Formats: sequence, C-alpha cells, structure tokens
Amino acid sequence: MRRWETFQDLLRSRSATFGMALIALVLLVAVIGPALAPHDPLKPVPLDRLKGPSEKNLFGTDSLGRDIFSRVIYGARISILIGLISVSISLLPGTLLGLVAGYFGGRVDSLIMRLMDMLLAFPAILLAIFITAILGPNLPNTMVAVGIVYIPHYARIVRASVLSLREQLFVQAIAHLGGGHSRILGRHILPNALPPIIVYATLGMGTAVLQAAALGFLGLGAQPPQPEWGAMLSEGRQYIQIAPHVAAFPGAAILVLVLGFNLFGDGLRDVLDPSLRSV
Amino acid sequence: MPIGYLSKRLFHLALILLGVSLLVFMMLRMIPGDPARLLLGEFATAEDLSRLRAQMGLDRPYPVQYGIYLANILQGDLGNSLRNGAPVATEIGMRLVATLELAVAAMLIASLAGIAAGVISAVRQYSVFDYGSMFMALIGVSMPIFWLGLMLMYLLAVMFPIMPMMGRIGMGNEPEVMTGLMLVDTLLAGEFGDFLDALHHLVLPAFTLATIPMAIVARITRSSMLEVLNKDYVRTARAKGMGEVVVILRHALRNAFLPVVTVLGLNLGLLLGGAVLTETIFSWPGLGRYVVDSLMARDYAAVQGCILVFAGLMAFINLIVDLVYALLDPRIRVHA
Repeated sequence: MRRWETFQDLLRSRSATFGMALIALVLLVAVIGPALAPHDPLKPVPLDRLKGPSEKNLFGTDSLGRDIFSRVIYGARISILIGLISVSISLLPGTLLGLVAGYFGGRVDSLIMRLMDMLLAFPAILLAIFITAILGPNLPNTMVAVGIVYIPHYARIVRASVLSLREQLFVQAIAHLGGGHSRILGRHILPNALPPIIVYATLGMGTAVLQAAALGFLGLGAQPPQPEWGAMLSEGRQYIQIAPHVAAFPGAAILVLVLGFNLFGDGLRDVLDPSLRSV
Repeated sequence: MPIGYLSKRLFHLALILLGVSLLVFMMLRMIPGDPARLLLGEFATAEDLSRLRAQMGLDRPYPVQYGIYLANILQGDLGNSLRNGAPVATEIGMRLVATLELAVAAMLIASLAGIAAGVISAVRQYSVFDYGSMFMALIGVSMPIFWLGLMLMYLLAVMFPIMPMMGRIGMGNEPEVMTGLMLVDTLLAGEFGDFLDALHHLVLPAFTLATIPMAIVARITRSSMLEVLNKDYVRTARAKGMGEVVVILRHALRNAFLPVVTVLGLNLGLLLGGAVLTETIFSWPGLGRYVVDSLMARDYAAVQGCILVFAGLMAFINLIVDLVYALLDPRIRVHA
C-alpha cells in the first residue's frame, strides 16, 4: 500500500515524471536500438567522411564516415550498462561497510571510515583515472574504477542512517529479545535505511555516466571502435573547427540521460526523504 | 579559535596525507609495465635494464622504497621525472600555478554568479527567474563539462571568433615569469595590453570549469535562503522598517551562508578534478593535463607527486572550510 502511495506521489512530481520520461526514452532506444539504427554503427564509409547532418545521416558522419545517429543509438546501451554496473559496484560494498561501521562503532568504525576518508581525499575523476590506468584502459575497467570511487559516499550515507537507527527503541527491543547482529542489520536496520540509499543511487547513475564519459573522453575508457558517447566526443574534439556535429550529438545524448537521472533522483528524494535536500 | 581544535584537525590532515601517500605508492606498483623498460625501449639488454632499475631504486624491497620516498617528500623532494629527469617538484610548481589561476577564476565566477542567482531565486520564489535559473542549474550539473567546453569553443572561437581557442596568452605576449600567474606577471611587467590578452584567454576555460560549481552554489543558496527568509528575526527586521536590501543581505544572507561556505569548499575539490578535463580541452598547461600525460607515460615519480599535491590541496581546503565554518558559527567551536 505504501509503495503504491509513493508511486502516486512520484507521478504528481513534475520533475520526477519528466525525469522518468527521459530515462524511459533512453532505455527504449537501448532495448530496440538495432531496429532503430539506419546504418551499421561500426562500418566505415570512407567517401562519407565528416558529412554534416542530412536526410541520409540524421546526425551526420564521423571521421571514418560512420553514421553518428546509429552510433549514438548503440551508445545508449553502453551508457545504461555503465550506470547500472558502476552504481552496483559502489552500492554493495559501500552499503555493507556503512552498515558494519555504523552498527558496531568503535575501532571497526574508525578503521573503515578513515579508509573511506583516504579515498575521499582524491578528486573523484583523478582517482578514477588512476584506477583505470592501473587496471588497463577499457570499458569494464572504467565501470570498476567509477564504482570504486563512489564506495565511500554510500558508506557515509548508510553509516549516518545506521547511527540513528541503532538507538531506536524497536532495534534495542529486538536486541534484548535475543536477535542476532545479522538479523538486526539485515531485517530491521537495512530496510529502514533504504530511502536515502535509493535516492543517492539514482542520482549516482547520472554521475557514473558522466564520469565514465569523462574517462572515455581522456582515452582511458571504451576503446575504438566502440560507440561510447564519451569516446565519440573525444574524437569530435579533433574536428571541432570543421565538423562540430561529431562532438555535439554524443554530448547532447549524455546530457539527456544524466538530466533524466538527476530529475528523477530529485523527485524521489522529495517523496522518500525530504531531509536529504542538501545532497 | 581554540588551539586544541586546530591541532586536532592538523593531526588528522597529516594522518590522511600519510595514508594517501602509502595508498598511491602501493597502487602505482600495481600498474602493469616496467618503467625501466619504458625508458630504455624494447631493445634494451637485461644488464641495462637491471642497472637502471638499481639506479632508480626499483630493485629494493617495497618498504625500503616507501621509506626513502617518504623521507624525500619531507625534504620537499618529490623525485625526478622519468621522462626528462627534471625535478618533479619544480615541474609541478610551474603547472600548479597555472591550475590555481584557472581554478580561482572559476571559483570567483561560480560563487558570484551562483550566490546572486540563488538569492534572487529565493527572494522571487516561483517567478520566471526562479524557474529559469533553477532549470539552468539542473542542466549545469547534468552536462559533461568537456562537451560544454567544446561547444563554447566552437561557438565563440570558431563560428563567432571573439575568443581565443586555447592557451594562456597570445604568442609573443608571454611576460617574464615571476609568479607564474599570467595575470599578475603581465601587470608586474607593466604591460596592460598583455594583461587584457591573458584575461581574454582565461574567460572561456574559467567559465567552462565554473559551470557545475555555479549550478550547485545557486541551488544551495536558494534553499538555504528560503529557509532563513521564514525565520522570526527576518520578520522582526522587516517589522522594524529596515530596507529590503539590508534585510536580505545583512540578516538573511549572512545566516544562510553556512551551507554555502561548505559547498564552496567542497566545490574547490570539484574544480581541481574538473581542471583535468578543462585543461585537456583548452590546452591549458596545468597540473591536470600533466597528471594525465604522466600516467600515460608511466612516469611514477610525476604521478605520485601530482596526486599527493592534489590530495594535499583537497585536505587543506577542507581544513580551511572547517575553520571558516567554526568562525562563522561559534556553536561548532564549542562542540568540537
């Protein structure tokens, strides 16, 4: 019943509905991509190099004559995957570390949180660059790198929730009744700590897409000929004076997807956890 | 400011930096590829390789390598670049100033424009300006800044060529290096024309870098102001017949400033990260570009140095933010 009410509240929020619409659009493109794409996204057509938008090539062509519209469509899949996988990589360990640190407190808490502080001492993109360089520049490693960078953020949010939850009467009652740690954490604390996690994960999807695109732009992410939006932008940079469309369309695609996640995340936050407004 | 609070924070800062140096040291050893092989090339003999490894200290056990490294850092020696043999500290120093010039300019744009937009939005809540600026702020945080940079470059340097495309100053206008800050050096040299040229070169990269912080500052200022504007003391100030401008600036904005200061501080870190991308687009010879190039060339010493400097700057900024926070709000000092 509560879930249905939350959904109705979400539908009433204009920003959440618009965000959902944008995400749904990109999801749809990602799912039925091959049916929509008019050309092969990987096939070079040397005679059509750097052509501007036309009826034949809606978004023009790149330096190898490949159809940018088809590449942007195929890129949707990659970006959605990046968002989902990166967020899962930060969400799972981050939540676990936050739960343990907040619940047990003391030295365990200090140790975990100081480690998190160390990771937070780096600018996010720099740490992501660094990890990608260690693992090797390719798409899966980009997702891992972006995922690792945001683990401390989840750990902090979850820990803050757990700190207040563990003092609540219902948790203490269960402990007195003989409830084990894992039961208290898994059945009672985690479900109550979920709203901020869900909100942050939604907003985090947008951030992950942006960071992965940045790595792609620097040449550390997806490698040619993969149609990843950031890598496409990087190629467009070389031709910005003569063919700005090569960079324009992949960038606009990133904007649409990230805007969708941000709008939806904002709406979710207002409905699920208004106390998080400053996040 | 109690000495106890300050010393506790300084100790915390030193601990973080020590941890960061260890983390960076360990992570760099995990990068695949042998720096000696990279320097000498594919056809180097085994003897040459082992001689160079011994020279660079790479043949010693890791704890010893780290110990030497740490001792050197404490003396201000970050080692020599594997690429050109130059002292990393000097290389970083030259580039850091360029990055700082860019970051400070961006921070100025972000805070002035962001706070102004946030205050006007709050005072005129639900007006066209409010909706417009908050939508722009949302676009600002959702946009890849490297895309915005490229589009601005095309629009203002190629289509309507009113801005320079890249670099810090026009060819032949470079002043003698005194501070490394182009704006300051041109003024010190008494060349006002060159100063304007340097300023002209700074506008596009600084604006690009400022976009995200500006959007965040505008949003946080608006929400913080809205909260304060409903407080009793603001109503009292108005009831006493004070002018609206005085009420907003002296009574509301001052009290709404705490979260804004925190966000400004956090954004300085964001600016340092953003500099990596902005410098790549506008060929700005700063630290961000240097660290990416060094990583690509597996220049261990340079990367270690850069990352330590970045992390040190971040930790230092956080410390300053906390101190400013404590100055603005006496309650924090009492509870710290």
